[in-house]
Amino acid sequence: MLRLAPVLIIGLLVLPVGSGLLMVLLPAFGYLPALGGYGFSLAPWQMLFAQPGLGRSVAVSFASGLVSAALALAIVVLFLAASRGTWLDRSIRRLVSPLLAIPHAAIAFGFAFLIAPSGLMARLISPSLTGWERPPDALIINDPWGLSLMAGLVLKEVPFLLLMSLAALPQLAPEKRLMLARSLGYSPTIGWLKTVLPSLYPLIRLPVYAVIAYATSVVDMALILGPTLPPTLSVSILSWFNDPDISHRFMASAAAVLQLGVTIAALLFWWLLEQLTRILTRRWLTNGSRQGGEIALRVVGRSALLFSSITALAALAGLGLFSLAGFWRFPEVLPQMLTLDHWQRSGPMLVTPLINTALIGLISTALATALVLATLENEHRQHIQPKRALWLLYLPLLVPQIAFLFGLIVAAESLGIRPPLGLVIAGHLLFVLPYVYLSLAETYRRLDPRWLKVARSLGVSRSAAFWRVRLPLLIAPLLTAFAVGLAVSIGQYLPTQLLGAGRVTTVTTEAVALASGSNRRLIGVWALVQAGLPLIGFILALGVPRLLATHRRDLAT
Amino acid sequence: MTTSLCAPLSLGQTLRLEHISIALAGRELLAVDAAIAAGEVLTVMGPSGSGKSTLLAYIAGFLDREFTASGGVWLGERDLLGLPAEKRGIGLLFQDPLLFPHLSVGGNLRFGLPRSSKEKHQQVSQALEQVGLAGLESRDPATLSGGQQSRVALMRLLLSKPKAVLLDEPFSKLDTALRQEMRALVFSQLREAGLPALLVTHDHADAKAAGGPVIELG
Amino acid sequence: MPIQHLPLRLTLATAMLALALPTMANPAPDDWQGVLAEAEGQTVYWNAWGGDTRTNRYIDWVAEQLQAQYGVEVEHVKLDDTGSAVARVLAEKQAGNHDEGSIDLIWINGENFAAMRENDLLFGPFAEALPNFALTNPDENPEVVTDFTLPTEGYESPWGKAQITFYYDSAQTETPPQDIQALLEWAQANPGQFSYPRIPDFTGSTFLKQALIELTEQDEALYQPVSESDFEAVTEPLWAYLDALHPHLWRSGRAFPDSGPNLRTLMSDGELSLAFSFYPTDAAVAVMEYELPDSVRSYVLEGGTLGNVHFVAIPYNSPHKAGAMVLANFLLSPEAQAQKQSLAMWGDRSVLDIDQLDAETQALFEQGDRHPSELPADALSNTLPEPHPSWMTALQDAWLERYGVN
Repeated sequence: MLRLAPVLIIGLLVLPVGSGLLMVLLPAFGYLPALGGYGFSLAPWQMLFAQPGLGRSVAVSFASGLVSAALALAIVVLFLAASRGTWLDRSIRRLVSPLLAIPHAAIAFGFAFLIAPSGLMARLISPSLTGWERPPDALIINDPWGLSLMAGLVLKEVPFLLLMSLAALPQLAPEKRLMLARSLGYSPTIGWLKTVLPSLYPLIRLPVYAVIAYATSVVDMALILGPTLPPTLSVSILSWFNDPDISHRFMASAAAVLQLGVTIAALLFWWLLEQLTRILTRRWLTNGSRQGGEIALRVVGRSALLFSSITALAALAGLGLFSLAGFWRFPEVLPQMLTLDHWQRSGPMLVTPLINTALIGLISTALATALVLATLENEHRQHIQPKRALWLLYLPLLVPQIAFLFGLIVAAESLGIRPPLGLVIAGHLLFVLPYVYLSLAETYRRLDPRWLKVARSLGVSRSAAFWRVRLPLLIAPLLTAFAVGLAVSIGQYLPTQLLGAGRVTTVTTEAVALASGSNRRLIGVWALVQAGLPLIGFILALGVPRLLATHRRDLAT
Repeated sequence: MTTSLCAPLSLGQTLRLEHISIALAGRELLAVDAAIAAGEVLTVMGPSGSGKSTLLAYIAGFLDREFTASGGVWLGERDLLGLPAEKRGIGLLFQDPLLFPHLSVGGNLRFGLPRSSKEKHQQVSQALEQVGLAGLESRDPATLSGGQQSRVALMRLLLSKPKAVLLDEPFSKLDTALRQEMRALVFSQLREAGLPALLVTHDHADAKAAGGPVIELG
Repeated sequence: MPIQHLPLRLTLATAMLALALPTMANPAPDDWQGVLAEAEGQTVYWNAWGGDTRTNRYIDWVAEQLQAQYGVEVEHVKLDDTGSAVARVLAEKQAGNHDEGSIDLIWINGENFAAMRENDLLFGPFAEALPNFALTNPDENPEVVTDFTLPTEGYESPWGKAQITFYYDSAQTETPPQDIQALLEWAQANPGQFSYPRIPDFTGSTFLKQALIELTEQDEALYQPVSESDFEAVTEPLWAYLDALHPHLWRSGRAFPDSGPNLRTLMSDGELSLAFSFYPTDAAVAVMEYELPDSVRSYVLEGGTLGNVHFVAIPYNSPHKAGAMVLANFLLSPEAQAQKQSLAMWGDRSVLDIDQLDAETQALFEQGDRHPSELPADALSNTLPEPHPSWMTALQDAWLERYGVN
């Protein structure tokens, strides 16, 4: 059974992505019999390239992926380099991991309200400092070059990269490296950058690639914060797929293929940047400079992460305020009155989506965790090195959702697979599994093998050792991985909506549907519910091991 | 101490290592041919990299696939090589005590007891008493001193009723005073239990204290 | 389905039928008792835009009634864009799912209806067979059987009425513009305080049509397919107007609000001073829900504004057509129409010919005092009919061509 796990896991991920891509590729070249497309043609591409502003759409998608990933990576790396395990550093870390749980859309809504000309920040300084009695007519959100979109993406990518780095760091024994560097006269931050970072980067390269792929093709955040004239490529694709003029679907398919190309191009470009950086820093690593810029780096390292975390939290606070707001005119900092009306009206409508969200999240994450554990345990028992094929695990993270989900529906329909709930769970599994694997694999492989040797030499069988020693020892990372999986599942919009035929309503699909009504008070309510669920998951994940371990000092860390 | 819990229940069996040869990438690392009688400690000495720990892994059933090995491992009349690690009846003691942090001191000891054992509670408390740790069942292992942890690890090993014991530099992390005390405790307990034991170390004092034959590797 | 594909499909279908569940035969709309009987116990998946809690609440109420009165369960599938439901039915057709579709009823009109009809994605005719349909008095009210100039031919059943309604904050603006030309002057005097939703948004596209009707001399051309007239010549005044208007819009026309409801949020934030909605009661509702100040007033342009009827339709592959028809019929009942019209519930106008109803039923539709932010009832008499749906798409494409890249 266990031996089947890797095959199963890869099949589960590769088949849907592959068949989805195929069913997009065919119409992209004119083949879609239901619409009378029986032959192959380049017409969809001609139509696509005739779209006004396509070049800009592609440029913004490409740039927002690279810029936001680079910024987020810089913030995380500088923080890790500058952090010294002080109280402040630990608090910042603790602040960041729950931010990972908050869905992109919720952050985007809150962030938009924070920075809009009539938003919280403008209100805080108006009219006292600015003299603004009316909001200034300034184009901040939806700016044509996607700057606010990039900023929003950074807010979400920082917690993810930080968590991935923190998971990878212990195996590098950074304290020892740093001690060595400092004994050789290096200042701490420079020493970290020169001795730890070069080994850390290869370990978080894959998460960085996932971030780039995500950012080049993101839909929900781009809808809220991204440019509009023209929108990003992914947003255009969505609207073309949904266009009642059905012939647009050929063009949408071609655009989906183009999106895949843009994402791959961005990844390739990043790879080139990596090579370039390696060459350019080769001399710097060994040139003996030990002190230069220490203070500046330290200040930037701490303040950048603190700033991005506080911004994300302020965005949430803004949502909270709006969910309770009565009438609230600019430039008042607080609403004229607070009311529970919005919550009360939403209350009854929350029940079914909440149940569905929990059900789908728990089942898909449980399945994903079981599969990942089975794969890792198999790897351990067969004494095999992590297979190269496991790269395929990350396929759903690297191939843009928008590029294969529409095709996947057609594929599922053709096979006559129509239980919406089951399909949705399977769809979530596609995205949950890689994240669970990403969060768990390293710790799992790193667990001291002597623990299991001791257990087995005490007469305990392999399976029993797995259940009685490995799992309890890994309880903390296991729960964190579970919470990450849950958060990923809860945030899914497109897979839920498309695979569930809209029949499976989750907190996220409801929030998005309501968002089209643009009622910010209701959006506040739903975005908070959406953010609250995974947050509960994270608090449990962090709290349960601590609770279990109140009498076990070595487990509590 | 009237009822030693590890009193020879039956006469111990001999652990025989027949023409063992272990190679890595076609290069022979070590070759051993020895028999260890019940109550005897065989010491294998050698610098690091000489393959001492690999030998233990082979005997206990944990050898990594990259190694190739030949030769027989017999306990009495039983061929151990065909058995999975947990069925071999070979106990291990490492340089770290490796007490499971998710279990209490008592839990660690119970973990070693065979499922069918009777009066587990009593056995555990006797074992603790035997090493001067009476009444510490419910303590968190992390709160014990290094020496105390080593003693609990030894008792956990013995409670599991092994047929032979492998010691992987078990004293190297202890300070000098503690090291002598632990040596005395471990070897006396092993002798009393009538178990064949294989000790790998690079410390001559260990070999001397063990009192048995010595093989030098490397 | 192309004829040459029939034999293969037929064999496949027969083979599958042998294995499959009870045969899916379409119910006969004329046998209403039969429809009622078949509907009982069915679950109807009703795909309807879900952006408004009041609409959602009304649909919840409908669901309760249908369960209690007919034993039909209604599930509201909330859409953010009706186009996605059209795309869904299409995807199902593409995959050969001809009788197990996931959508039983769609809230629809205009270009979406035209697209579904054109691609044979709808079931019908059924509307005329609904017992309550006669209450709309279609002979006197042709708008209930005409959707953007296209005859509905019984493929959709009327549900409610919408009309472009402007609103402004009377505390800040005393004399709002009364026609499209005056709007330009107003925008010049109040830069950055007016905008319309970004095309291809439905409400935004309607604004283009409203302006076009007022500006062009060739009104009759708009009620024919666009291919039958000189698009450039007809629309030329519109582009000239927009070129003049855009620099004075919100964000100087470099960005547009993303939807009709978004105009309301921008009003609420104080970014806009004048806005419009497709729902005549929108402003009053927003005041009741704390979104707008109570000094907001609604009005209709002097020459009238575009209005239309919105409908419900049944996809050709719905497995619960009987249930969907029972639902569509209930939506036309005086009880349901009166609830819908009440401001406390939703505030969407009725499609029934209320004067034709008996006095007792008419009483259902009587509202209490008018909300001060609401439009006077007589203001809606001046309704301009919707142009042919092909104009909407043509205008959208031309707009995106001109203004789609800033």
